[in-house]
Amino acid sequence: MNRETFRVSSPQNVITADVLVLGGGPAGTWAALSATRQGARVVLADKGYCGTSGATAPSNTGAWYLPKGPQRDAEIERRLSRSTGLADRRWLQRVVEQAQIGLDDLGNGGYPFPVDDEGKPYRANLRGPDYMRFMRQRAIAAGVRILDHHPALELLSADGAIAGAAGIDPRSGNRWEVRAGAVVLATGGCAFLSHALGCDGNTGDGYLMGAEAGVRLSGMEFSSQYGLAPAHTSVTKGLTFSFASFYLEDGSPLPENGEDRAIRIARQLIAGEKVYALMNRGNPIEHDWLRQGQPNCFLPFERIGLDPFKQRFPVTLRSEGTVRGVGGLEIINDDCATTVPGLYVAGDTASRENITGAVSGGGSPNASWAIASGTWSGRAAAIFAASLGDKAHTRLVHGLGKAGLRPRKHQIEDIPISEVITAIQAETLPLDINFFRSGARIELSQERLDAIWQDVRDYLVGEGRNAVRAREAAAMTATARWIWASAAARQESRGMHRRTDFTTIDIQQTRRILTSGIDDVVVIAQENQLKEVA
Amino acid sequence: MIELVNSDRCIGCDICVKVCPRDVFDSGDDGLAVIARKSDCQTCFLCELYCPVDALYVSPHAEQDDEVDSEQLIAQNLLGSYTRNMGWSRGKMGGTDKDPTRQLRILNRVGREEQPTPQRQLL
Repeated sequence: MNRETFRVSSPQNVITADVLVLGGGPAGTWAALSATRQGARVVLADKGYCGTSGATAPSNTGAWYLPKGPQRDAEIERRLSRSTGLADRRWLQRVVEQAQIGLDDLGNGGYPFPVDDEGKPYRANLRGPDYMRFMRQRAIAAGVRILDHHPALELLSADGAIAGAAGIDPRSGNRWEVRAGAVVLATGGCAFLSHALGCDGNTGDGYLMGAEAGVRLSGMEFSSQYGLAPAHTSVTKGLTFSFASFYLEDGSPLPENGEDRAIRIARQLIAGEKVYALMNRGNPIEHDWLRQGQPNCFLPFERIGLDPFKQRFPVTLRSEGTVRGVGGLEIINDDCATTVPGLYVAGDTASRENITGAVSGGGSPNASWAIASGTWSGRAAAIFAASLGDKAHTRLVHGLGKAGLRPRKHQIEDIPISEVITAIQAETLPLDINFFRSGARIELSQERLDAIWQDVRDYLVGEGRNAVRAREAAAMTATARWIWASAAARQESRGMHRRTDFTTIDIQQTRRILTSGIDDVVVIAQENQLKEVA
Repeated sequence: MIELVNSDRCIGCDICVKVCPRDVFDSGDDGLAVIARKSDCQTCFLCELYCPVDALYVSPHAEQDDEVDSEQLIAQNLLGSYTRNMGWSRGKMGGTDKDPTRQLRILNRVGREEQPTPQRQLL
């Protein structure tokens, strides 16, 4: 495809809606459902299939189900203290509250929650495949039009407001376009195709689309979360290891030095040592709970032919990037609006600093955030769309997509997309570059990614499925550049941001770091927010 | 990665073509599903869950090819094992209300996956 061919299509290819949701994971489906409850006509476009796409679908996740009272208050205070001063009590309160409302709504809508010993439904846990299948069915029942296998490639703008999106059907190669009064970005985070469970569709597409519209990113330095998995497998589920002890090659226990387990494992792996796990804790009843509840924890062992209770197995750490990291697009108010009219963000596409600060929100915080931010953004998008009245669909629109879609120069020769992706991964996945960070190595990554960006911006483009891959490569390059720009600016160690050249927390840096711009990345450090939370 | 579409079992319903989040399958000339873009597979196992006839096998190896033998997998009861263990059946959701994960969360407070697993010995 060249720049001329990705143009405004004929009117019959255009779908109109009040609200367009991009992404069909938990945040996207909650957003779509919430928008329909305001009477909006809603289209949801998913890169894959709404029901299996995203990090939640193959997983099993906790969620905050904390009725008002001392338990809720204690959890909020615990989260605040763990956030190192970067979270916000009011946001935590409203997310916990909205998550409970959402989980009750899910139960009242017929989701078959398990029943506890007192005969009450237990709503603090969701089985991913079931939850996402159920959310799809709910969305369809509410009248949402779902477009599966419809990757969005760019947002459409009308006089500075977001007025829809355009993309491609990779199977036919046909361009699609949805004109809408408002758009919710719920495309997930970015894990750089690390093969962490369910994360390969999460390539930062929404970050790039949002940034092209002028939205800033926040907290991108908190992007170095790694998930533990049996070596060579994708199963990055923490619960797999709830009964495990860890050993080195020679059979000695993984050295204990007071550091977190992941840090100790990372040190060994970087040193070239193998780390092994053996499930030698717990009792058979407890093991059965894990086996029954989450069969994919045991699936790798059954299929490799290994008894994890008797035989040790090697483990690896896979990058979960910003999926279980923190950073994302900046939201400016309680509606999860952005600085751009008509554009809202939900789930991992948004920064989660308000609820997790510098530490991972993997598990309950992110699951709860998806419910809450989806609900708020969908409602606000519907109200915004309604305020436009009849003029919403008669606006003149233009596409905002640039890198990977509309190259600056005419193509001389193909740049192999796979080589671009390998080069990006080399600056984002390795433990010795990203799990532990240093100023000098960050600078080297920045130089290399700037060079990659030049090529991507000048030449990269593709047709059919490669149109999607080219755009994903552009999004990952842009995401990596925001990550390293903010990581360079945070000259301390805080939460998951571990600097070997600044090994301690510096309370003077209790402030958020924002990045903006695409060709030229700009870093803005906010005022110290220590006083606000003290 | 996805390694097998068992052609004896596959009924050509195209559900895997539809539900794969990574668009790995195509509908083949004979109407049966074919693995068209294996390297895009994210090893999420969800195609197995949705397959109504247990015709698919995903190897746990996320990056390397894994040679599999269909008859052997059937003999080992591995075709459809994920689906059976979940309690799904014929591509339909099931077993949701029997998930005992809450017991683990209550026991271990492992809902906080981002924290190191508590070091105390469990029972």
